[in-house]
Amino acid sequence: MKLEARHLAFAYRQRLVLDGISLSLKPGQVVSLLGSNGAGKSTLLRLLLGLLQPARGELLLDGKPLEQWPRRQLARQLAYVPQIHSTPFPYTVTEVVLLGRLPAGSLFRSPSREDREIAATALEQVGIPHLAERPYTEISGGERQLALIARALAQGARLLIMDEPATGLDYGHQLRLLERLGQLAAAGYGVLMSTHHPEHALLASTRVLLLENGRIRAAGPPEQVLNPANLQALYDIPPGLLQRAMSCWQPAGPSSLSPPTKESFHVPEPHPRLPA
Amino acid sequence: MSRRLSLLPLLLLTLLGTMLASLSLGRYPLPPGEVLDFLLHQLGLGELEAQRQALLHNLIVDIRLPRVLTAVLVGAALSISGAAYQAVFRNPLVSPGLLGVLPGAAAGAALGLVFSDSWWIMQVAAFATGFLAVAIGVGIAGLFGGSLVMLVLGGIISGALFTALLSLVKYVADPYNQLPAIVYWLMGSLATADLPDLARVAIPMGLGILLLASLGRALDALSMGDDEAATLGLPIRSVRYGVIALATLISALTVSLAGVIGWVGLLVPHIARLITGPGNRLLLPASALLGAIFLLLADGLARNLAETEIPIGIVTELLGIPAFLLVLHRARKGWV
Repeated sequence: MKLEARHLAFAYRQRLVLDGISLSLKPGQVVSLLGSNGAGKSTLLRLLLGLLQPARGELLLDGKPLEQWPRRQLARQLAYVPQIHSTPFPYTVTEVVLLGRLPAGSLFRSPSREDREIAATALEQVGIPHLAERPYTEISGGERQLALIARALAQGARLLIMDEPATGLDYGHQLRLLERLGQLAAAGYGVLMSTHHPEHALLASTRVLLLENGRIRAAGPPEQVLNPANLQALYDIPPGLLQRAMSCWQPAGPSSLSPPTKESFHVPEPHPRLPA
Repeated sequence: MSRRLSLLPLLLLTLLGTMLASLSLGRYPLPPGEVLDFLLHQLGLGELEAQRQALLHNLIVDIRLPRVLTAVLVGAALSISGAAYQAVFRNPLVSPGLLGVLPGAAAGAALGLVFSDSWWIMQVAAFATGFLAVAIGVGIAGLFGGSLVMLVLGGIISGALFTALLSLVKYVADPYNQLPAIVYWLMGSLATADLPDLARVAIPMGLGILLLASLGRALDALSMGDDEAATLGLPIRSVRYGVIALATLISALTVSLAGVIGWVGLLVPHIARLITGPGNRLLLPASALLGAIFLLLADGLARNLAETEIPIGIVTELLGIPAFLLVLHRARKGWV
């Protein structure tokens, strides 16, 4: 199972917002997508999910063009984890996760005992089985994000597309979420996430894509791609400012905090290199 | 979970009990036992005196049964379409009238009353214009991209158009005969339908209600947002417009059966949500059953409260306001 984009382009009202995008996502990988606001990250995610049609280029899942996949079958391979949201109605966490079983059968079907077991397992996988009967609207943002990930797992999909999964979470929840993504990758899931935090990409991903004005500026292993020159250009940061932001993490003494290291996360090593 | 699933049979029993009570209450109250005896006799069980049988037949089958069945159908249809609309539009404050079906059907019915004496033509006119109003609303939304907000605005525009047309029809109507008929009819009445009328609309209405009731999970998914629903494998356009079409069909039929009965479609889904929780798989059938019970109770009040009958639309609105305040009080934490 592999999702592959080749030279994708997308235009919105005659304006080219994405051009020449090539990337791939396989189980075991965590791919981070970085870019300034308006660089086209969300558009790219929607293209990859088949929610938009590319103007040019190819999008293949398992070698077959994405638009030839029936929606229900696609949902069993490729899942979308949206940004943390609330629902207008206070569904229980289990009800939200059970929606992931919708593509498994007929539209008119009630969830079966098997569906309920799968939903319960998914909640255990993300570590929130105790929230099963709580209203989705009353749990915290981090817990909601985990519930949405559980729904994606309940779909049975091996490839997960996540839209800024860490946004709106406190620091501790951000780190725990990133660790969870590493665990998922180790368990054979492929994750592609957009993020605003280079350090998240550095911590949790096997590969990084930098998106600048609808084009890929750089792609590769995080240590290689996330260098000061790229970040400075990507976010248009004055040179001194980036220096100061990065140096505030340098250990100032033996007792001070040091940034979490890569070794504290379950990221599969070594990074699988992809053909460019 | 099993406690929740046993709710539906419980509601069904309550509905049957309420129907029995409605059949026995009225200007000539009957003991419920006698109504049961009569029903058993109709099924070929038990003995009944011939004269008594004729009287009961007249009272129960000719007078009360059409009314009770109308109340059940109309209450169930309005409530389930209200619940379905709330899920489709992701907004708990939406009622089946949102896309203009009620003003549309009202204008058509008024037109039918002015230009024809036939109740049947009025029914058809009400149904057709109700559907037309929604089609115009959806069409306007389609011109501007078809988003949810555009659908709501399209419905408002179409509703305003048909409200204006209704005023126009009222203005040109004969003020001595036709105008009062229009005004009374707009207040809603469960008394006009007879059994053949009911038989005509019961099948499409019943089918519409059953189909909507089976789409609960799809509506749950749709209420999460279009992108999510699509990535869950849902054919979002078919589900959205299919549900709108079904809800429009059955609401337009309620107007042609019983005039404009307000509040039920907004209020009953909220009461049902207090009982079942927000999951549409249970909420939709529970709304239908509760809506039928609610309208039977309202009709009981309408018939028995005063010497002369009060129009049902007025009763539902008066009854609806305190009930809705109660729901709001319970639901302050969220749309439980």
